[in-house]
Amino acid sequence: MSTITKIEKRRSGLFHRGREDSPFKRLLIHVTLILACIIAVYPVLRVLSVSLRPGDRLLSTSLAIIPEDASLQAYRTILVDRDFLLWVWNSLSITLATAVIGVILAATSAYAFSRWRFPGRGAGLVFLLTTQMIPAAMLMVPLYILAARLGLINTYRGLVIAYSVTSVPFSIWILKGYYDTIPLDLEEAALIDGASRMSAFWRIILPLSTPALAIVFLFNFMQAWSDYMLARIMLQRPDLYTWPVGLENMLHSFKTEWATFTAASILVMIPVMTLFLYSSKWLISGLTLGSVKG
Amino acid sequence: MKALTLEIITRSLGEVGSIVIYVLGATVVIEVVLYLLLTRVFRSKYAIPAMLLTPATIGLLCLIVIPIGWEVWVSFTNMSLRHFRDPEFIALGNFVRVFTDPILQQAHFFPVFLHTVLWTVINLIFHVSGGMALALLLNRKMRFKGLYRTLLVFPWAIPQVIAVLAWRNEFHFQYGFVNTVLQSVGLSPLRWMDDPVANFAAACLVNIWLGIPFMMVIILGGLQSISHEFYEAAEIDGASGWHQFRYITLPMLRPVLTPAVILGTIWTFNNFNVPFLINQRELETTDILVTALFRAAFEYNRYGFSAAFALVIFAILFVFSVAYIRVTGGLRSVYE
Repeated sequence: MSTITKIEKRRSGLFHRGREDSPFKRLLIHVTLILACIIAVYPVLRVLSVSLRPGDRLLSTSLAIIPEDASLQAYRTILVDRDFLLWVWNSLSITLATAVIGVILAATSAYAFSRWRFPGRGAGLVFLLTTQMIPAAMLMVPLYILAARLGLINTYRGLVIAYSVTSVPFSIWILKGYYDTIPLDLEEAALIDGASRMSAFWRIILPLSTPALAIVFLFNFMQAWSDYMLARIMLQRPDLYTWPVGLENMLHSFKTEWATFTAASILVMIPVMTLFLYSSKWLISGLTLGSVKG
Repeated sequence: MKALTLEIITRSLGEVGSIVIYVLGATVVIEVVLYLLLTRVFRSKYAIPAMLLTPATIGLLCLIVIPIGWEVWVSFTNMSLRHFRDPEFIALGNFVRVFTDPILQQAHFFPVFLHTVLWTVINLIFHVSGGMALALLLNRKMRFKGLYRTLLVFPWAIPQVIAVLAWRNEFHFQYGFVNTVLQSVGLSPLRWMDDPVANFAAACLVNIWLGIPFMMVIILGGLQSISHEFYEAAEIDGASGWHQFRYITLPMLRPVLTPAVILGTIWTFNNFNVPFLINQRELETTDILVTALFRAAFEYNRYGFSAAFALVIFAILFVFSVAYIRVTGGLRSVYE
């Protein structure tokens, strides 16, 4: 534990200005940041605002966030009259399984890339980068045919495996970058004490990598949680729909449900936002793309 | 209507639980076999890394390499909905057609390619400079730092499709807040959905808004790892703020910036959601290569043609990345 806090302290303790800024400069900085925050958050508040409007006043030029005649009607519609809860449950189970498998796959492979100089290592890293260049639409037809041959259409298995594998390359890059910043001495000391390579990985590297593991979990979660394209072609039974597929279907069959849609949007933001806020303390230290030796 | 019943809950739990167990079980079996093979039979010194890499490699082989191989094969045939069962081999015909025929209804390859380059350059410039500016502002001791950071990553934390659909509504001519704001400062409102230039600009605005937080977080991480001793030494030498930025901050950030810029370029170049969803009227001027690819594959069902088209897009990105890595030498630290 103490090593973690030490490394964390070292990472976060380095602010590049020792001296104080002048009051005017500080004011300017705060004003700029507040403006930037407003731009970042305002569109989300607008979605919230639309979701609170009663059905007959969806279109309005008012810029107020909480409408005077706010109502929770849209939330009642989405939760009671539609299958929204079912879709969210489906998404949640697929997403959690994806994130768990994705993190395990990436955490082990990244360790190999970080600590061994095996033949084909450079080529492997370049290959991982190249997979990011594949346009998502390119894999849809072959993946559908593959899933149909293996009987994975209308199952969660196909989706879970596809999601966790497609996010592995980026996860490996992040984790490898992070492992690289952990000094070798720690493992060597453990090896001298007679620990095996794998127990050193398990007991030293993994606990020290909590920030990066949290970030990788978050990315896997976000990717599976909001995917539409693959879920659309793999899930054809309405009781298996994930929320993006379900909501899209709903928008098609009930054209005027914008308020219901915004209420649903607010609700599906909640899990991702919670995870994001919870892991935001790790976001900056965990996202090490290039290895920066501090 | 299907309600969320206990039966459904247990069924889906059973299914995802069993898949996790299957994957872990298969991994254990493969690992044991590999371990015995590599240590007992081959006596390889790379036994452990090979074992660590195998599960991910098998996954990537099945889900990335094999589908790509299939795409390469299809790109040499005339497969389409009509010729799905009996595709004929037509050699390089599809690749020639990508450059000679219209890839959409009217637009040819090169104009769309130019949009894509313009789209990527504009977005990247704003992502990196915006992210850098915010990161530099945040990288100091200050009040509310945590709050600012949290609020600033909002655009990243929202499911992208929802963010884009919300923005699309805000570009509504009469009711969107973009035009309301424009009018309140005395400018005339724009037809964001119908006018080609405005629509392209709208797509750029949304994507810039979406992309800045990622760059900000990456750059902030890089800034925090730069030791302040460098700045103290520079200050003793009397270096100005700009000089410190130019000769300390930028070079020290390079190992972080190079992969971030490469990934950012690839993601922007291949961004599907933003140009596709903002482009409600299917204006061909807002289409970039990947949205054109999607239309060719799923609206016109030209599989052979779209496979060739996808490979061309892939090749462009590949050449760009290799060139960028060569020029900046920025991935050296990653390899070492």
